[in-house]
Amino acid sequence: MPTFGSFALLVALALSGYNLLAGAVALRQLATGRRGAIAPERLAETARRAGIASFFATACAAFALVWAAFTNDFSVAYIAEHSNRALPWAYKFAALWSGQEGSLLLWAFLLSAYGFVLRARHKVDVKLTAYASTILAAIQVFFLLLVNVAATPFSLVPGGLAPQDGNGLNPLLQYPEMVIHPPMLYLGYVGFAVPFAFALGALMMRYPGEKWIHITRRWTMVTWLFLTVGIFLGMHWAYNVLGWGGYWGWDPVENASLMPWLTGTAFLHSVMMQEKRGMMKSWNVWLIFSTFMLSILGTLLTRSGLVSSVHAFAQSPIGNWFWIFLVFILAVCTFTYIYNRDHLATEHKLESLVSRESSFLFNNLVLLAACFTVLWGTFFPVLSEFVQGNKVTVSAPFYNRVAVPIGVFLLFLTGIGPLLAWRSTSMKSIRRNFILPGIVALVVAIAVIPMGVQPWTIFTTDQEGAFYSWITFALAAFVLTAILNEFYKGARVIGQKSGQSLLASMVQLTRRNTRRYGGYIVHFGIVLIFVGIGGQAFNQSHEQTMNYKDSFNLGPYRVECLDYSQDTNANYDTEFAMLNVYRGNRFVTKLAPELRVYAVNGQPSTIVANHSTLVEDLYVIYAGKDPSTGQPVIKAFLNPLVSWIWIGLLVTILGTGIALVPNMSASLAAQRHHVTVPAEPVAAGRAGD
Amino acid sequence: MRRFARFALLPLVIVVSVITLGAADTQARYQDLGHKLMCICGCSEILIECNHVGCPDSDRMLAELRAAIDHGDSNNAILTAFQDKYGPTALAAPMLTKFNVVAWIVPPALLVLGLFGTWILVKRWRMRVAAAPVVEEAEMSDDLRERIRKETEV
Repeated sequence: MPTFGSFALLVALALSGYNLLAGAVALRQLATGRRGAIAPERLAETARRAGIASFFATACAAFALVWAAFTNDFSVAYIAEHSNRALPWAYKFAALWSGQEGSLLLWAFLLSAYGFVLRARHKVDVKLTAYASTILAAIQVFFLLLVNVAATPFSLVPGGLAPQDGNGLNPLLQYPEMVIHPPMLYLGYVGFAVPFAFALGALMMRYPGEKWIHITRRWTMVTWLFLTVGIFLGMHWAYNVLGWGGYWGWDPVENASLMPWLTGTAFLHSVMMQEKRGMMKSWNVWLIFSTFMLSILGTLLTRSGLVSSVHAFAQSPIGNWFWIFLVFILAVCTFTYIYNRDHLATEHKLESLVSRESSFLFNNLVLLAACFTVLWGTFFPVLSEFVQGNKVTVSAPFYNRVAVPIGVFLLFLTGIGPLLAWRSTSMKSIRRNFILPGIVALVVAIAVIPMGVQPWTIFTTDQEGAFYSWITFALAAFVLTAILNEFYKGARVIGQKSGQSLLASMVQLTRRNTRRYGGYIVHFGIVLIFVGIGGQAFNQSHEQTMNYKDSFNLGPYRVECLDYSQDTNANYDTEFAMLNVYRGNRFVTKLAPELRVYAVNGQPSTIVANHSTLVEDLYVIYAGKDPSTGQPVIKAFLNPLVSWIWIGLLVTILGTGIALVPNMSASLAAQRHHVTVPAEPVAAGRAGD
Repeated sequence: MRRFARFALLPLVIVVSVITLGAADTQARYQDLGHKLMCICGCSEILIECNHVGCPDSDRMLAELRAAIDHGDSNNAILTAFQDKYGPTALAAPMLTKFNVVAWIVPPALLVLGLFGTWILVKRWRMRVAAAPVVEEAEMSDDLRERIRKETEV
C-alpha cells in the first residue's frame, strides 16, 4: 500500500503539472491569438481533464494512508508515529491529519476535490473556469511537491523493520470533535483558494462585469461556513478537553485561523458593494488575495515554529517552502494587479457618509483593523526580538485591551448597517429606524446593572471586562431588536396580503429573499456569540483539596465530594472524584472529573466535568492530588453564558444555509398563496444585502 | 446641556469610585495578576490557567505572586519583579516601556487613521459627484410597505 500511495502522489503531481503547463500555454495562445500545433481549445480541455484525473490520483493516495492506518501497517513511519493497534477506528481515520505529512496530504486532497468540482462545472463559464483551473493547478503543484519531496507520508520506518505497535495518537486529540475539527478548518483554508483563483483569473483576463463574483458567491459562503465551524469546533474542543476553563487562548495558531475568517467576512460584505453599485473592485480583489495568503500564513505558522504555540506538535523546516510560496503568490498578485488595475475602475462613488455603502466600508475597515491587530499581536514577539534582542509574550491581556474594543465597535456597525438605505439615508429615516432598537438597548443597559454588570468598575479597577460586557449586552439588544423589527415589518406586509400568520409570513419572507434574511439570521447568531463571550468578564473560580464530604460554594452551587478513587485499563490509568452538586438544598447533578494517564506514551489528559445551562456552566476539573494528603485537588469554574456561544454557532450555520438556498420565485409564491404578482419584475436575489 | 451632563456625571463617578474602592481585595488582585503572567515551563499558558500536570514552575510562581501581594507590593512592582526574575516572556503582555509601547499604539492608531482617511475619501467623492437627492420618505406606512413589497417580491 505505501508503494501504491507514493505512486499515486507522483501521478497526481504529473497530472497537476500538466494541467498547469498545458492550461497556461492554451490560455496564452487564446489571449494572443497565436495558435500552435494543437488548437488551444483542445489543449485547454486536456488540461482540464488532467486536473480532474489529479483528484482521483490524490484520492487514491489519501485512501492508501487511511488504509495503512486501519490495517496497522507500521512499516509506514507516519502510521507508526500517529497510530497504534488499540486506537478506535474513528481516530485511526483521524490519523490522516494528526501529523504533518498527513495533514499536508489532506490539504492536497481537499484542494484537488475543490478543483474537481470547479472543473466538472466548467460550463458555467468555460474561459474563466480555465483560468481558475490553471491557477488552482499551480497551488496543487506546490502541495503535491511538498508531499512528494519534503514531507512524504509514505516513508518507511528506518531499517525497514516495522514495529509491533505504533506510538498512538496524542491523547488530547482523542476526542470526537477532533475527528471533524481539522477537516472543517482545512476545508475553510483550502476553500478560499477557489474564489482566489477566480479573482486572479478574472483580473488576468480582464473579465468584464461581476460574473466572477456571482460564480464564487456560494463557494465563498460555503468556505466561510466551514472555517467558522472549524474555528468553533476548536474552541469547543479546547473548552472541553484542555481543562483551563476557557475556549480561546489567543494562541498564534488560533489567531492564524481567525485572520482569514476576518478578511473573508469583510469580503462577503464588500462584494455586495461591487454587485450592487460597481464599487470597491480593487478592494475586493485584494481582500480575497489577502484571505488566501492568510490561509497559507496559517499553515505556515503551524509548521514553521516561527512563533511559540501550544500547537507546537507540527513544527518542521518545511516553513521555508511556505515562505517561498507566500512571496511567490504576493509577487504574482501584485504584478497582475498593477498590470490590470485600470480594469478595476469603480463605476460609482460614495454619495453620503450615512448610507449602506459607507456602513459596509466602515465594517470592512473595522474587520481589517481586527485582522491587523491579531496579525500584529501574533508577530510582535518576532519584531521585538529583531529590534530589542528579546522576545516578549503577547497574549490575552493585549488582545482583551486592543481587540475587544474593535469587536464591540463591529457589533455596533452590525446593528446600524441594515437600518441604512443604499446611496443616502435621511435623518427622518434614521430617527424612525433607530428609536425602537435604541430604547430597547437603553432598557437592557439599565436592567443588567442590578444583575451585577457594573460598568463603572473600569474607573475603580484596571479591569475593563465588565464595562465592555455592559456595552456588548446593550448593543446586542440593539442589533437583535433591529433584526427582529426587519422580520416583523416584512412579515406584516406579507401577512396582510396573504392572510397567513406572522410566523408563516416570516418563513415566506425568508424564502423570498434568502440572501437578505439568511444574512440577518447569521447576524443574529453572531450577536448571540458576542453575548456568550460577554459573560466571560464574570467568570469565577475556586480551587480546593477535598476530602469525603468536604464542600465549597461557587455562585449558586454547592459542590460536595462524595468519593474519589482510581482505576486502570489497557489504554490509560485514571484518577477521579465523584462530586454532588446542589443548588440551595436541591440536588442538581453528579459530576466526575477525571485525570487520565495514557499507557502508550505516559501523557496525562484532563477529562472535564461540565454542568451546562443557558445561564452558566459549572465546569470542574481534577487538578491532581495533594501530595501531603493524597486527596484530590478540585478546581471549579463558574462561566456565565457560555452556552450562547454554541447556540450562536448553530444559528449562524442555519443562517448561512438559508442564504445559500436559491430564492423562491415570486410567481411560485403567488401561486401558492394566491397573491397578485406585481407588474414590474424584481430580480430575484438582487434585493438582498 | 453637555456641560451640565458632565458636571452631573462627575459626583456620580466619585461616589461610585469611593463605594467600590475596597473591591480590589487580595483575591481579586491575585486573579488579576495571575492572568497577566505566563507560566514559564514552556506550556505557553497564562500562569493562573496552567493546568499542566506536574508543572515544575506554576505552583512556585503562584506562591511568589501570593507572597508579593501579601507583602503589599504594587501591581507594577510585582510585574516588574517577575520580568526581572524570569525575563520578558513571563509577562502575558508587554509593559508600556521603550519599544513595547509600539505594540499597544499601532493597532488603535491605524484604526483611527483608517477611519479618518475613509471620512476624507468619502468627502472628496461627495464633492466630485452631484449631491444625490435624499430620498424623502413620506409617512411610514405607504413608502415602507412599497419598499418591503419590492424587496420581498410580493
